[in-house]
Amino acid sequence: MDMMIEVQDLTKYYGPTLAISRLNFEVAAGEIVGFLGPNGAGKTTTLKILSGFLSPSSGTARINGRDCVTQSLEVRQSLGYLPETVPLYTDLTVTQFLRFAAQAKGVEAKAETTEMHRVMDACGLEAVQKTLIASLSKGFRQRVGLAQALMNNPPVLIFDEPTIGLDPSQIVEIRQLIKELAGAHTVILSSHILPEVSQLCQRVIIINRGQIVAGDTPENLSRQLGHGSRVRLTVQGPEIEVAAALQKIPQVQEVAGQGEGKFLVVAANDLDVRPQLARLVVERGWDLLELKAQEFTLEEVFLNLVTEEESEEKMEEES
Amino acid sequence: MKNVGSFTAVLRKELAVYFATPIFYITGFFFLLLGGYFFYSNTLYYSLVSFQAAQNPMLAGQLNPLQMVFRPLFATLAVVLLLLVPLLTMRLLAEEKKAGTAELLFTYPLTDWAIILGKFLAALLIYAIFLAVTLAYPLAFTALARLDWASLASCYLGLMLLGGACLALGLFASSLTENQIIAAVTAFALLLLFWIIGWQQEIGSPGWGGVFAALSMMDHFDAFIRGVIDTRDLVYYFSFIYFFLFLTKRQLESRRWRA
Repeated sequence: MDMMIEVQDLTKYYGPTLAISRLNFEVAAGEIVGFLGPNGAGKTTTLKILSGFLSPSSGTARINGRDCVTQSLEVRQSLGYLPETVPLYTDLTVTQFLRFAAQAKGVEAKAETTEMHRVMDACGLEAVQKTLIASLSKGFRQRVGLAQALMNNPPVLIFDEPTIGLDPSQIVEIRQLIKELAGAHTVILSSHILPEVSQLCQRVIIINRGQIVAGDTPENLSRQLGHGSRVRLTVQGPEIEVAAALQKIPQVQEVAGQGEGKFLVVAANDLDVRPQLARLVVERGWDLLELKAQEFTLEEVFLNLVTEEESEEKMEEES
Repeated sequence: MKNVGSFTAVLRKELAVYFATPIFYITGFFFLLLGGYFFYSNTLYYSLVSFQAAQNPMLAGQLNPLQMVFRPLFATLAVVLLLLVPLLTMRLLAEEKKAGTAELLFTYPLTDWAIILGKFLAALLIYAIFLAVTLAYPLAFTALARLDWASLASCYLGLMLLGGACLALGLFASSLTENQIIAAVTAFALLLLFWIIGWQQEIGSPGWGGVFAALSMMDHFDAFIRGVIDTRDLVYYFSFIYFFLFLTKRQLESRRWRA
């Protein structure tokens, strides 16, 4: 398969601070790849290098076979980039700004208006085209940012946190839009949110403290990182008896008492055990105060990965 | 090459921003207010002298509106320019960095020269608009007296070149920082330096006096005001503009290597 993005031993220092350390990954043409990581992990730095905005300290990044540093202009011709903070020219109207984006990307004068309407239509901007960007809501600004990235239909798209700060319905719209880009475009996007990445991306690269800690399909990752489903519940009743009773439910794998009547119940094979739990508590005549399914969050996945790493390091040091 | 934007994209964008923000209107207003005031007071003085000349034929022979109204007017406008140019240029690159839009601008398929030329020419065009409005003064004057338009053209060429030099320096100052105030102060200080550097000659430092005078913006401008278009002055202004645009390019190139 053709590799659209090739990153080799990419390293970047900000002064003495190491931001990313010897990253290696590849993205095939038409693939959507998610970049996951906590703040300061190096996601944005990596994307900024790919976009040609920053130069790496060492290592190479190639897009479409061209080097991001020495052939920056050629790389930038095939790129649409949405920076993390969605910087926009707030003194301009949506149309003025998109016209600039079209001209800067070398859209032919004849095709300019058509192309502008295409991206405005794709991003739902037709209604606000005469509005000053300064007076747009966060959600619309995000769409303007996406629209400029899509301008001139570049084969490679880089989105840094495309859905951050949006309300849920906007998030759904933007995700839908990104999904539609798959196939015809190679997309690399960064995110904090595991479900988002698992919905959108064919492959996930998890990065922490400047290094890649995992890279696989979302299914494989969640299988590795979180097994079964978890329920948090709070019961008013004798704690030891409650724990014992919960343990007797066949689907329940593990019960962890956390004091003050709080329990964390782990069920096997992604089964929803909430009805059984509720019934049990009520039948026994205890009071059910809280019952809540708890998903594996990215933070936990990270905590897992990071703590695993740290304990390995410690063991190495000790031995 | 395919899909490469030209400097006209940047030029148009910068003009749109100028027209959308108050700074163009405010600086334009005060430039023309001051220009109008100086024109008025110079004309008043000229008419006073004209009345005296009615009784004194010797004096009448020396009456020259260019000499008495326009040369002092343009010399004063050049001082106003020194104050206004930093305000026109301060946001050109500093604001892009501060607002983060640099990240868009520098990831579009634009060469550094396209960005620099686009921004420089936009500022120059804004400045030319200000100057074009001052053409109203000599036009108003033609109702009263005959004017030497060739000499006036030389004055305007001088003002354009002086303005271009000041704007190139201002653009460079703006590339140094992300703070617009610092960009304006730096531009103002450097412009002032290139302005007064020629005074060295007058206080009589031997040897170097000539060098400083050759570097002075004002000494080269004076020739145009006198109606003399000298190749040396043209070369001075074009090299000055190129030098500072080149420094700006170097400054932009270095951005990638720093954080």
